[in-house]
Amino acid sequence: MKIVLNNREKEITEKNELNVIELFEIMRFTFPNIVVKINGNLIQKQNYKTALIRNGDMVDAIHMISGG
Amino acid sequence: MNIFSERLQKYCVGIAGAGGLGSNCAVSLARIGIGKIVIVDYDIVSKGDLNRQCYFLDQIGEKKVLALKKNISKINQDVEIYAYDLKLNSDKIIKIFKDCDVIVEAVDLAETKQMVIETILSQMPDKYIVSGLGIAGYGKNIEIKTRKIDKLYICGDEKTEISEINPPLAPKVGIVANMQANQVIEILLDILKK
Repeated sequence: MKIVLNNREKEITEKNELNVIELFEIMRFTFPNIVVKINGNLIQKQNYKTALIRNGDMVDAIHMISGG
Repeated sequence: MNIFSERLQKYCVGIAGAGGLGSNCAVSLARIGIGKIVIVDYDIVSKGDLNRQCYFLDQIGEKKVLALKKNISKINQDVEIYAYDLKLNSDKIIKIFKDCDVIVEAVDLAETKQMVIETILSQMPDKYIVSGLGIAGYGKNIEIKTRKIDKLYICGDEKTEISEINPPLAPKVGIVANMQANQVIEILLDILKK
């Protein structure tokens, strides 16, 4: 399936449907704090297992980088 | 005074954090005549902060929000400053920033950044947020940018974390703080247009 992740097209061959944790594994996102939006909707940590990413979805994974 | 002062006077900007990003962003916004600034932090000024934050040697040990209020009053006395010396949580964010037109996320820790951004996105969906992400180190001007995701704007390089080899330093922190201030003005004058 194809998704748009952080404004870039991304082909995912592993699966046809992913939850957020699986996406992080495939992308090797290891940051402890990432703000996730799927098609503009905020997905909070407690919903990472249940929120599904499907073909054509727009996903933002904003890495929270310490320093202020 | 500038040609925008009269319009900027009508707005209120919230700033979460009065460190490198927050103190410099607040001063920049105060200089151009934002009407109200709501600033929140619980920290005190320490010597190590002076390499990038808008404080002075004789303010070491003072509460940051009170020191910042004093410093801004020496620059522009027409700005109303509401200073809150406290640690933010979701409830406090909702209460304290309720009347702000734009909220600047300028906190230090990744988990606090996430809490601030997620609280505003989920509980205050009408608010614009301008977040600072990736401010450590020096050089690499070309990698510092602004990205927009609906009402959330992200300023910074989105990758450099603070570490021993990448400390936060005045030039890059100041650039990102002023990118945030610059983005705030654009939102106020071109999008909200009160």
